[in-house]
Amino acid sequence: MAIFLTKDSKVIVQGMTGATGMKHTKLMLADGTNIVGGVNPRKAGTSVDFDGTEVPVFGSVKEAMEKTGADVSVLFVPPAFAKAAVVEAIDAEIPLAVVITEGIAVHDSAAFWAYAGAKGNKTRIIGPNCPGLITPGQSNAGIIPGDITKPGRIGLVSKSGTLTYQMMYELRDIGFSSAVGIGGDPVIGTTHIDALAAFEADPETDLIVMIGEIGGDAEERAADYIAKNVTKPVVGYVAGFTAPEGKTMGHAGAIVSGSSGTAAAKKEALEAAGVKVGKTPTETAKLAREILAG
Amino acid sequence: MDLFEYQARDLFAKHGVPVLAGEVIDTPEAAREATERLGGKSVVKAQVKVGGRGKAGGVKLAADPDEAVARATDILGMDIKGHTVHKVMIAELSPEIEAEYYVSYLLDRTNRTFLAMASVQGGMDIEEVAEKTPEALAKVPVNAVDGVDIAKAREIVAQAKFPADVAEGVAEALVTLWDTFVAEDALLVEVNPLVKTKDGRILALDGKVSLDENADFRQPGHEALEDKAAANPLEAAAKAKNLNYVKLDGEVGIIGNGAGLVMSTLDVVAYAGEKHGDVKPANFLDIGGGASAEVMANGLEIILGDPDVRSVFVNVFGGITACDEVANGIVQALELLKTKGEDVTKPLVVRLDGNNAELGRKILSDANHPLVQRVDTMDGAADKAAELAAAAK
Repeated sequence: MAIFLTKDSKVIVQGMTGATGMKHTKLMLADGTNIVGGVNPRKAGTSVDFDGTEVPVFGSVKEAMEKTGADVSVLFVPPAFAKAAVVEAIDAEIPLAVVITEGIAVHDSAAFWAYAGAKGNKTRIIGPNCPGLITPGQSNAGIIPGDITKPGRIGLVSKSGTLTYQMMYELRDIGFSSAVGIGGDPVIGTTHIDALAAFEADPETDLIVMIGEIGGDAEERAADYIAKNVTKPVVGYVAGFTAPEGKTMGHAGAIVSGSSGTAAAKKEALEAAGVKVGKTPTETAKLAREILAG
Repeated sequence: MDLFEYQARDLFAKHGVPVLAGEVIDTPEAAREATERLGGKSVVKAQVKVGGRGKAGGVKLAADPDEAVARATDILGMDIKGHTVHKVMIAELSPEIEAEYYVSYLLDRTNRTFLAMASVQGGMDIEEVAEKTPEALAKVPVNAVDGVDIAKAREIVAQAKFPADVAEGVAEALVTLWDTFVAEDALLVEVNPLVKTKDGRILALDGKVSLDENADFRQPGHEALEDKAAANPLEAAAKAKNLNYVKLDGEVGIIGNGAGLVMSTLDVVAYAGEKHGDVKPANFLDIGGGASAEVMANGLEIILGDPDVRSVFVNVFGGITACDEVANGIVQALELLKTKGEDVTKPLVVRLDGNNAELGRKILSDANHPLVQRVDTMDGAADKAAELAAAAK
């Protein structure tokens, strides 16, 4: 069953005809993703050949949805145009928009998030600044390498792309129902809590791995949610114990401000909620393994 | 990016927030003319990005141009909480103050919205107000699409219980402050204190602004606001090469791909260091997903140029970019540095995992570089890098 993305998902790519879009559309197709179109108003009516698969280009998200029944859009649109592209996806009421773009100004992401709310939240937004999500063996919407793991019964939600890959690889013998990279920006659409709720409801997920990092209080709120609502075992990892105060560590949202947003506080909150938290990614994988082995 | 007070003042003035005249100088002698331009009296204010400068003696009145020079002489070069004063603002003397308030806009990450904060208890540390008298600090969510018009500003003023005689003036200031927040792509604009003067004016006497660097593409003026002199030279060199680098105070140089993995690498090295003379990570450096030879060489060059570094840990997970490409990148990077005459003299521990890991490891083994050691797990490699750093200490 998986969460948010299945073999039946019909995926379009906004920004498909750019260099990054081309590269990753090809990889997503290779992972079996049902890509039904790209969006670029200047190239509408043409099509792009990906190793023998012809993917049509549409003038708008709305048109692509009408002609293909698309229900997922993956966005590789550059930061300057990302807000307009997300707003277009929201206006078209596509159920899921996965925003890969890194470097979107906070005023833009806050604006499209507010806009989605004003339109009744008909579009689930994942990202921005995220690797997307994958349901191994079924569909891949984003840039997660599809061949480092296999289908299985672990659900993964993470702020970080490479730590997602690291964890998927460490636990590749067990496999994943879905892995969702929610992104490391200060304002993101889908949160740890949204993914935890979906994994809790997913009969094909037995255990959830949650990866957090410094900045904000999303992990603390997720811990609170877990204590009250999650019955499945959750294993956690938090990156950034050695991060100095006031410095942005790669991700725009990864910053310790004063005494808030520290890794130690997040770990403590998660442990208080009964989550086993690993000291390193490898130890975290080991904890997941032990729980699944009973 | 946090700005100096004088830069905040300039941005406020540009967007219509009421401020007093002021200009920044960096030599005592310049205080004379600046004070003359203000009519012969001024306030000399240290420009440092830290609070509490008034208590530290960083703000002084000058009754005439000579005194301004004397005060500027005192303040320039002063150390305020570890920040050296390189610039002072020569500001217009404020009319007599009747009341001090606080107003700001900032990003509320938790609620994914903006937030207006306002209090009639200004002029002091706002975190103290929030803690001791939280009821005196109004927090009003501001929707990013709707923004702050005069009606919304009046709502903020009402919630913060501003006195009736200043309500409209503060509301007008709040609208211009919102204009500053949006037009400059700020993450924070704060006025503390916003004052009511005896002659009935509303003035922003001191302010803080923090800008969103992700918006630099549409904010061409922001580059000039960077305090290049204060930047760590290694951080500046890394930035010039488009590398995501933060200098830390340890001995193990770190290179990795992906922000989360690099943060995690720092932690794992710090744990390993506990067993090896308490060595710590020397930096954060994310070379991104591609990890080409050129980027790897640029990264290595920065790290090896750091005199604190005793050993280097290259931690790469091959995802889209497979490990054989990364391994070739490392080998070519070492060659590239050699041809530039910057031969590697510090031990490198390399951990490659993920796609085509076996192939990548073989490439490293075949290259047989005398200073490169391969360790195939992240925890094991961190331990080895820490051990080597401790041995070289």
